Amino acid sequence: MQTNKINRLFQDNPGRKLLSLYFCAGSPSLEGTAHVIETLERKGIDMIEVGIPFSDPLADGPVIQTAATKALKNGMTLKKLFSQLEPLKDKVQIPLLLMGYLNVILHYGPEKFCADCARCGIAGAIIPDLPFKDYLETFKPIADRYQLRIIMMITPETSDERIRFIDEHTDGFIYMVSSASITGSQQAFDKARLDYFRRIDAMKLKNPRMIGFGISNRQTLESARQYAAGAIIGSKFVSLLDELHDPSLALDQLYDALEH
Amino acid sequence: MSKYQIDENGFFGQYGGAYVPEILYKCVTELQQAYRPILESEEFQREYRALLKDYVGRPSPLYHARRMSEKYGCRLYLKREDLNHTGAHKINNTIGQILLARAMGKTRIIAETGAGQHGVATATVCALMGMKCEIFMGKTDVDRQHANVERMKMLGATVHPVTTGNMTLSDACSAAIRDWCCHPKDTFYLVGSTMGPHPYPDIVARLQSIISEEIRQQLEEKTGRNYPDYLIACIGGGSNAAGTIWHYLDDTRVKIYLAEAGGEGIDTDRTAATIHCGTEGIIHGARTLVMQTDDGQIREAFTVSAGLDYPGIGPMHAWLAQLGRTNVLAVNDDEALAAGYELTRMEGIIPAIESAHAIAALKKINFRPEDIVVLTVSGRGDKDIPTYLNHKNLAKNL
Repeated sequence: MQTNKINRLFQDNPGRKLLSLYFCAGSPSLEGTAHVIETLERKGIDMIEVGIPFSDPLADGPVIQTAATKALKNGMTLKKLFSQLEPLKDKVQIPLLLMGYLNVILHYGPEKFCADCARCGIAGAIIPDLPFKDYLETFKPIADRYQLRIIMMITPETSDERIRFIDEHTDGFIYMVSSASITGSQQAFDKARLDYFRRIDAMKLKNPRMIGFGISNRQTLESARQYAAGAIIGSKFVSLLDELHDPSLALDQLYDALEH
Repeated sequence: MSKYQIDENGFFGQYGGAYVPEILYKCVTELQQAYRPILESEEFQREYRALLKDYVGRPSPLYHARRMSEKYGCRLYLKREDLNHTGAHKINNTIGQILLARAMGKTRIIAETGAGQHGVATATVCALMGMKCEIFMGKTDVDRQHANVERMKMLGATVHPVTTGNMTLSDACSAAIRDWCCHPKDTFYLVGSTMGPHPYPDIVARLQSIISEEIRQQLEEKTGRNYPDYLIACIGGGSNAAGTIWHYLDDTRVKIYLAEAGGEGIDTDRTAATIHCGTEGIIHGARTLVMQTDDGQIREAFTVSAGLDYPGIGPMHAWLAQLGRTNVLAVNDDEALAAGYELTRMEGIIPAIESAHAIAALKKINFRPEDIVVLTVSGRGDKDIPTYLNHKNLAKNL
């Protein structure tokens, strides 16, 4: 398998801690996708997860649910999203991932989805409700042909044995869910969370890990950076973007929040 | 094993499975491994059966509805789930699942509810077992099923009004699953219908199969043979339908008709008839038929019946319909309401609007006079009186 942008990001930055942001395509405005992505890259974000809005997002908290509802109301579709991403293919250097629920992707067609990701320069996809068996048997063979990395999640509920299995059969990075909660803010990670971060860190997995869910301030960011290659921030950025309607201002305020 | 039942991977044909976020993988897997041994254990069966008898009031009667029989030219028997404690078939399932939850060491119960019947049945068994109970209910339903909300609160449950989406059953399911994601260790999600990730469709169908088990015995006593020519039930998520047909699935002498909620009509946008209007997709952790847009977004369901207001269908029923084992009819709001009035005036039974959909199916089937027809009245209509009164004009020809 060739290396792709995700592999290179981690290979090229062995010491530096990375920051990845999530936003929901189509919210707050339908046509803002390219502007958000280009702004985040220009201002130093290392990787971006572009959310595909879904009517019934089971693993998302109120902030991202609201953004998805707004995006759908604005008329965002997967087809529309690809048309917005295609012109960015040669402009944007950082890895872009799509994050969305299985129903939308199945409906679009897994083959077509992976092909369009490749056509638009998308490096990876995160599908929270994709069972690992379906990943191995259905999605991975297709995604491999298009050099698309399907990123799988692990959580505090995932057994060591299963983590090893996931590590063995995935590539790019592992999305480490910080706690048993849907996305949203928390002030600090408790001892159980930190024990979990240490436990996984000590497993010496082959894939780098990014920690997401619940990162919104300096304390949670530092914890994530201490025990993984970096952090993923979703809800906090989505709510700032929704409030300010300007990715540059939203990012400034996010950086500010992460200092405190 | 019967081709109509679940396979070892949790699928009915291509439908079913467990499409859940990783955070729920462990507790869903534990449940998959635990449910059959617990449900089949002597201890469980003894306690479950004793509670169904002395607490729920089972067996529910099989009543020969003479005036309706005459009208429809058949021998019509009504399976009276409306006479159960709490007023519907829902309690057959909640009694079983709370015993399962207790056996698995869970202490906190969550549930979704549409019309409020499953919420009340869940709050009831939580009171019975002294367990903490949280019910998720769409705000639209909280407003239109006020009496059931008060009953749940009286029973000690916390009711969370859900304000996302259409604010009905589907949104309540999503909210319950989100809560489950936040509390995977101590919480048992007590699912109310044959929907959700494997093993829920199978658990609920098994627990409701007490209905067809009793039908067999009661028919034998009343008619001298233990099977009907027709079984009829309404279908939303599919639990009373699954319970009504379970023991007859392999008996091809028995024709099965299920009535889903047509709303304002299957040729309109305002319908909940998923088997007629749905396409394959994933909803609330199961692969099944789903009403969805061309872009794979879940469409809102519409029906006068809060209990049938669901844009998916139990995966078992998607499979049975595809195989042709069941005949699924769409019954529109006005047909159901008129049928509810008809049963009220002809037999003195006010059915739940959900059950009234099954009554309306009688008009759509041609019977022979000797045909034995068993129709499940899944619940009583007390909760629906305001809705019936809003459509009094439909009673004028009776």
